[in-house]
Formats: sequence, C-alpha cells, structure tokens
Amino acid sequence: MAYATESDLPGNDRPVKISIRNVFKVFGDRPEKAIELLKAGRTKSEIHAATGCTIGVKDASFDIRAGEIFVIMGLSGSGKSTMLRLINRLIEPTSGSIEIEGRDVARMPRSELIALRRRDISMVFQSFALLPNRTVIDNAAFGLEVAGIGEEERRQRARAALKAVGLDGHDHSRIDQLSGGMKQRVGLARALANEPTVLLMDEAFSALDPLIRTEMQDELVRLQAEHSRTIVFVSHDLDEAMRIGDRICIMQNGEVVQVGTPDEIVLKPANDYVRSFFRNVDVSQVFRAGDVARKTQVTIIERQGVSAAAALERMDHHDRDVAIILGRDKRYHGMVSRNSLIQTNREGASDPYRQAFLAGIEPISASESLSNVLGRVAASAFPVPVVDEANRYLGSISKSALLETLDRSA
Amino acid sequence: MTFDIGDGVDSAVNYILDNFAPLLDMIAAAIGTVTNSIQATLLATPMVLGLTIFVLLSLWRVGLGFAVFTALSLWLVEHMGLWSAMMETLSLVLASTLVAMVIGLPLGIAMARNDRVATAVRPVLDLMQTMPAFVYLIPAAMFFGLGAVPGTIATVIFSMPPVVRLTNLGIRQVHAEFIEAGNAFGCTATQLLFKVQLPNAMPSIMAGINQTIMLSLSMVVIASMIGAGGIGNTVLTGIQRLDVGTGFEGGIAVVILAVILDRITQSLGKERAGLWRALFRRQAQQPLASPATA
Repeated sequence: MAYATESDLPGNDRPVKISIRNVFKVFGDRPEKAIELLKAGRTKSEIHAATGCTIGVKDASFDIRAGEIFVIMGLSGSGKSTMLRLINRLIEPTSGSIEIEGRDVARMPRSELIALRRRDISMVFQSFALLPNRTVIDNAAFGLEVAGIGEEERRQRARAALKAVGLDGHDHSRIDQLSGGMKQRVGLARALANEPTVLLMDEAFSALDPLIRTEMQDELVRLQAEHSRTIVFVSHDLDEAMRIGDRICIMQNGEVVQVGTPDEIVLKPANDYVRSFFRNVDVSQVFRAGDVARKTQVTIIERQGVSAAAALERMDHHDRDVAIILGRDKRYHGMVSRNSLIQTNREGASDPYRQAFLAGIEPISASESLSNVLGRVAASAFPVPVVDEANRYLGSISKSALLETLDRSA
Repeated sequence: MTFDIGDGVDSAVNYILDNFAPLLDMIAAAIGTVTNSIQATLLATPMVLGLTIFVLLSLWRVGLGFAVFTALSLWLVEHMGLWSAMMETLSLVLASTLVAMVIGLPLGIAMARNDRVATAVRPVLDLMQTMPAFVYLIPAAMFFGLGAVPGTIATVIFSMPPVVRLTNLGIRQVHAEFIEAGNAFGCTATQLLFKVQLPNAMPSIMAGINQTIMLSLSMVVIASMIGAGGIGNTVLTGIQRLDVGTGFEGGIAVVILAVILDRITQSLGKERAGLWRALFRRQAQQPLASPATA
C-alpha cells in the first residue's frame, strides 16, 4: 500500500484527533469471506463475482489532527463518502478501529455513540437534508432539540449559529423559500449549533453554483479561523480541496492512495490517478514562486578584492547574460548583466557591482502565489530572482521555466 | 376431490362463539362505547350548530366556494329530512375511522420498520380489501348481533387497509438523507420516528386516512343490512320497496357527505391557504424581531 504520510510541515505538531487504523468496509452478506479474498490479493470484481459483496473501503489507515481541515478526495465510487460515514458510524465498519480522542467509535455501545453524535460530531450534507416541515430556526436547533435542550436555550443557540453563518432574519422562513446557498448556511448552522469538535462535510458545497461555492468555502475558512474545529471535508473537486484543505487524502477504488499537504500532492503525486486530478487545476493557484524558482543562474558572492573581471569570466564560461550578486550570508544584493558590468568597469567605478545593478529588478517573495507573479516574470527581460522571508536567494524564475510549469497541467 | 372450506369456517366461527364469548363481549363493549358516545354527541348537536361547524371547517381548510357548497348541500339534506340519519352515518364513519387508525397507524409503522412484519401483514391486507364487503357482515352479525357495533366492526375491517398501507409506504419513502441527518445528530429510534419519519410521511398518512374514511362511508351504507342504521336504512328501504325516489334521496345524502368529508380530510395533508388562513395566519407568520437586527 503506497501512500505518503508524516510530512515535516508545520501543523504536524498538532495532536491527533481521529485515528483510523486498518478500516475495511464490505457491503453485502458475506463480509468475512470477502475480506479473506481481499487479503489474498483478489480484485474487487473477482470478489464481487465470488461473494456478491462490494468493497467500500479497503484497509484505510490515517490520522486527522485537531483543528485541521482534512479533505478526502476521489472520484465517485472511490469510497470517500463511505469513509466519512464510518467516522460517525452512519455506516458500520466491517473491521478496523476509528478512534476519536482514543475512544473507538466502531466498538462503542449505541448509547455512547448517540451521546457522541449529539455532543462532538455533526454533519453537513450535499443535498442539505433540511427537514421541510420545520422553519429555519427549528432546523438549526434540530441537534439541540434531539439532545433534550430546553426550547428557550436552543432557540438562542440556534439563532447565534445562524448569525455566525451570516443568515440573520430568516428564522421563521420555510426551507423551500431559501436559495441553495442559504439552505447550506442553515445546514452549516445546524451542524455548528451544538458546538461540535468534529465537523463532517459530505460534498457540502458541490450542489451550489460556482460563485456561491467559493463564497461558502471562504465562509468555512473564516469560521475555522474564528473557532478552530477538526473538519473532515469530502470533495471530488481538487480546486476546492487545494483552496480549503490543510491536508488532503486521496482515495481510489476504496483505497487510500496518498495523504499529504496540497503542495506534496501536487509536487509528488503518488500515481497517475492522483496526477489525473490536476488536469483541470489552475496550477498557478497551487504553486508558489518558491516552488518554481531554479538555481541555474550564475551567482557571485560579493567579497572585498574580487574584481568585476572574475565575474565576467564566470559569465562567459557559463554563457549567461546576467548574474546574481549575493552576500556571504547568501542574502540577495542585486542582479547585474554583462553589459552593465562592462560599462561600469570601463568607467572605473569604485564599487564594481553596486553601480552595475540592473534597475527595475525587484526580487519576488517565495511565498507569493504563482498567479500573482505571472505578469512580472512575463514582462521582465531577465529571469526574476526569488528570495525567502530573510531575503536569502532561492533561485530565479525564467520565462521558459514558467511556461513549463503551467504546461504541466495540460 | 373436493374440500369443504365453508364447513371449516363455520365450525371455526362456532368454536370462537363457544369459547371466546367474554373476549367478544369486551370488544363489543369497547367499540360500543366509542360508537355510542360519538353518535350521542352528534345527534344531540342542533342542526344549525352542526351546519355552522361544517361550513367553518370548509372555509378554513378549503375555501369560500366550497363553504357555500357545504352550506347549500347540508341545507338540502335537512330539507329531505335526512339530517339525523346523516349524523348517524357520520358517527359510524368517525367511530370506525378512529378504530381503524388506532389499529392501523401502529401496524403501518411496524411494517415500515420491520420487513418481516411487512411480509406477514401484506397478504392479510390484500384479503381484507378484496373480499366482497358483504362477506364481513355475516361473522360480524354472528359474533356481535345486530346494530351499530357489528356495523362498525365490519366497517373497520373493510376500511383499514389503506391507512396501514399508506403509513408503511409514507415512512419507507422518507428520503434516506433525512434519516441520515436524524441519525447524524444523535436521534434515538423513537426520536427518529416522531421528529423525522412521521412528519415527513404525513401527506401519505393523511391520504391513507382519507381513503379509509371514504371506504368506511361506502361500507357503513352496506352495514345497514345488519342494522347499523343511518342513511343506509333509507337506501335499503328504497331498494326493498322499489321506491326510486327514496333511494335517490338517500344516495344524494351519501354523496354530499362523501364530498364534504373527502375535501376536508384531503386538505389536512397539505398546506392550504383558505380565507381563514389568509385572515388569521398572517400575523403569526411575521418574523419575531430578532436581537441581531435590533
């Protein structure tokens, strides 16, 4: 089973909230037989022919950390929605353990499970699943009502939740009077009203039109910034996953193929299936300047007593028109061209490099998204240098490197 | 080779009569209490008050036009001298519908929640519905004698299947996503039934109750043959004397009652903005001033 985990990026020090280990889900009457065959290496279709069972999830193991937005992604039939429903046991796992803060959801008694669903986990559905016989506020208060909270308090809390998702003043509207975006705000308010620590979202924004979808994604990120919850978000849309996900889990045919940050998924896709997701993705949104910068330019370290002649010599040797001038600490000082260097040298300048620096070349910050720097790279006559937050030189982005990167999505 | 099923049924009925008399008496007493108290109430209600209640119900649930129809048609019934006969019939309909609901709703819910119950009950319902209505009159009369009680019992048996079937169907047809939402927010099985399944199955259940009322109305007329009373008696008299006029008057009264009951009960399953609603619900629908907007 090939999947990459445990990256070294920030956020890894967060405690594990949900721990999923060796989870299988087999739909059908003979799950034991199916798992036996599965472990013997038979394919899904062979198992279906032999037992009539279908494999929903096959040997899934991963951790979801507290406070992150964890996106489970895959095509339809990849088992992503099943995986989500295993977390709050709307679907019973066939084997394996799903621990939320150390308590195994798969094995807890029914009463404990109901208490967990009322207190800690709530869910948002693709089709909203709002009850049509209830008003907006009674829908938002549904979870609290089920938990036995008094009318006065639950209305108050539901109203606060509706306000938090930006839906004031529709308390007594009927559900069928609302637009799709408003409906999903009610769905979100219903899920937030009991202040859960885990929020499960099943393609929550897929039924909305693109503009509203983006708005709701921003809303979710804003809510997350205000009050951090562990969000497990199922999506089939990589753009959405990249936009909101702290980490992404990619599923294929019921198997977890790769788990990683958006960068890791894009830069090191585990297989062709993962790669196929990028076909429609705007790479310039995904990549940052630092990802594209290459150290193919000539760099010259500025030292006392090193003349411009030595620099020209190296530029000739590497057949380059420009060179990057750095300090001993690798900090970026400036960029010179062959012509500017010859010019200042001929004039007998006191400082051979400083006066030869090309005007109008400003280094780009590595964290800048590629889409923001496209114009500058395209307009510049020379490759544009990229620096990190400490002004250290990381490399340059040339036009050809840029085109090559953008072409990767095609 | 021939089997004599009829003989078997006869001896079964005799066996029940001999051995279960106390049980039959209890059933008769219970149903008699329901039927008689409804009948007494309706017959004690003055015609004008009864008519007013019907007109107001029509106005509230259906609309102004139907309220006018109700007023005129009931006035016609009164002038044919059939008002109290119609009230008797109505009380039989209400009593048997009530009993059918008390038995039928839980049975329908049980069918929806358990496939085995559904498989077992379905052929019984088929039998109840397809057996010619007259056949129920014989055992009903044998077990419970003549009068309103056997009439009600025969009517219950004949009219119960729709409410059972449509309760079952309504609950089964509640969208899976509503059930998932209910479960995801921590509903117990009972909460799921009362907060999610029944409210969403309501249109279907109300259609079932409507059908049960209509079937019981048709059966109550037939049940006059075992002395159930009401408009059925008028129709029966018309048949026995070959008196077309009397029979027609009885028929008209039945049709009028049927139309009024049908329209009013149909409207219970759905939201209907009648004049009454338009006048009195508007204030209630105005949103309360929320602290957020203040």
